[in-house]
Amino acid sequence: MEDLKDVILEYVIAEYASEDDKLTYDTPLISGGLVDSFSMVSLKRFLEVKYKISIPDEDASPEAFDSVNKIADLVKRFTG
Amino acid sequence: MSYGERTRTIYQQQLNEIREAGLFKQERFIHSPQAADIEVEFPSGADIKKVINVCANNYLGLSSHPEVVRAAHEGLDQRGYGMSSVRFICGTQDIHRELEQVVTEFLGTEDTILFPSCMDANAGVFEAILTKDDIMISDRLVHASIVDGMRLCSAEHDTYKHGDMGHLEQKLQQWKDKRLRVIINDGVYSMDGDTAKLDEIVKLAEVYDALVFVDDSHASGFIGKTGRGTHEKCGVVGKMDIITTTFGKALGGASGGCVSGRKEIVEMCRQRARPYLFSNAMAPVIIAGVLKAFEILNRSTELRDKLEENARYWRKGLADAGFILKPGDTPIVPVMLFNAKLSQDFSRDLYAEGIYAIGFFFPVVAKGQARIRTQISAGHEKHHLDKALEAFIKVGKKYQILGKTAEEIIAMYGM
Repeated sequence: MEDLKDVILEYVIAEYASEDDKLTYDTPLISGGLVDSFSMVSLKRFLEVKYKISIPDEDASPEAFDSVNKIADLVKRFTG
Repeated sequence: MSYGERTRTIYQQQLNEIREAGLFKQERFIHSPQAADIEVEFPSGADIKKVINVCANNYLGLSSHPEVVRAAHEGLDQRGYGMSSVRFICGTQDIHRELEQVVTEFLGTEDTILFPSCMDANAGVFEAILTKDDIMISDRLVHASIVDGMRLCSAEHDTYKHGDMGHLEQKLQQWKDKRLRVIINDGVYSMDGDTAKLDEIVKLAEVYDALVFVDDSHASGFIGKTGRGTHEKCGVVGKMDIITTTFGKALGGASGGCVSGRKEIVEMCRQRARPYLFSNAMAPVIIAGVLKAFEILNRSTELRDKLEENARYWRKGLADAGFILKPGDTPIVPVMLFNAKLSQDFSRDLYAEGIYAIGFFFPVVAKGQARIRTQISAGHEKHHLDKALEAFIKVGKKYQILGKTAEEIIAMYGM
């Protein structure tokens, strides 16, 4: 599980963060204004390719993508 | 369905949620033409107050320019009030095509098509020219109308960090197998006042065989030595594949917009862009006014030169007083306050001092990045700017933020 979270955190930092941002597993990404809902699509695409899953649009809500912890929970649902 | 109590309650609850979130927008009624000096009723029912406007997109002061107003009157007399048709049925007058040719020459492109607004141009262009086999790669801070246009298009989309050329290049590599790649930017970013690095973007586009799109709504008419726009400033006139822009800001400020660029792309918009195909043609009175605005700009660079000087004077005055500004060299000068409530209190106090400027905060800008966005005009005279500076300094002293660092202001007021 920690590996999954670390992979997601690493991607989020590289894709969305600036040098000043200090991110943790719980940092609010969308409600905190770091990731906008339009840019979120690259994260969803990354998860789907990396973990060979398909996340339906209705499950890819801003709430479900709002922290590394929540994203990890979402991925686990689809990877079993 | 009747509009019963249940339905009314649904909307009232939603409106209350907007109010509780502090996002309820209240309009101020202006009782005079748009200009540096305006007469405002705010709140509704209050006495009319004379204030200096430092938040209009009236960059060149053309919104109420006597020549533009006269030309609009003549257009009204000679070509009537409305077209009562879309362009392709019976809505195209000679002056519509004339304006398209004038814009093409001014921007240094191959062809132009008019839209009812730049919002419509951005909403229609991507869907008209791209398919699911293509990729749109946009800067993360592009205007909401571009985001809406991309959402309406079947092509895939991706984003890159604002102004980060390394990140853009990664994305271009990632999407190298797509049929078409389009790099999408604003020319001048409206909330920060910074400029797209179009010279570097064009180089990347050449390496990775991508099209370059720029929305120059906050640039057309005044950015660049002769006001052609961001592409002129960056030395890449003739290399833009798609420029969208508005006539609702510097170019008379009424309404209307366009897509200007490669002739095949413009023709695809004429055949396929839904906001073009299903909206009325621009009213002749506005076409006549915009034509005069371009005539004024083609005659002399006096207005954009004055704007540049005004913006420099304003930026230096604020910086010398100790305000924190977003760096840049455009007439958009954001005064950083960081805290949302402070930005609203500051705006209210400026209004009491006779200065009309608006505070912006999340979600319009990033969290903790609240600001007063000021916009300078060639319609401002030095006495306007001096009075506005005086007011900013007075209010800045009240809140004890002059000369303070961002960290110090955040420590005093929070994010």
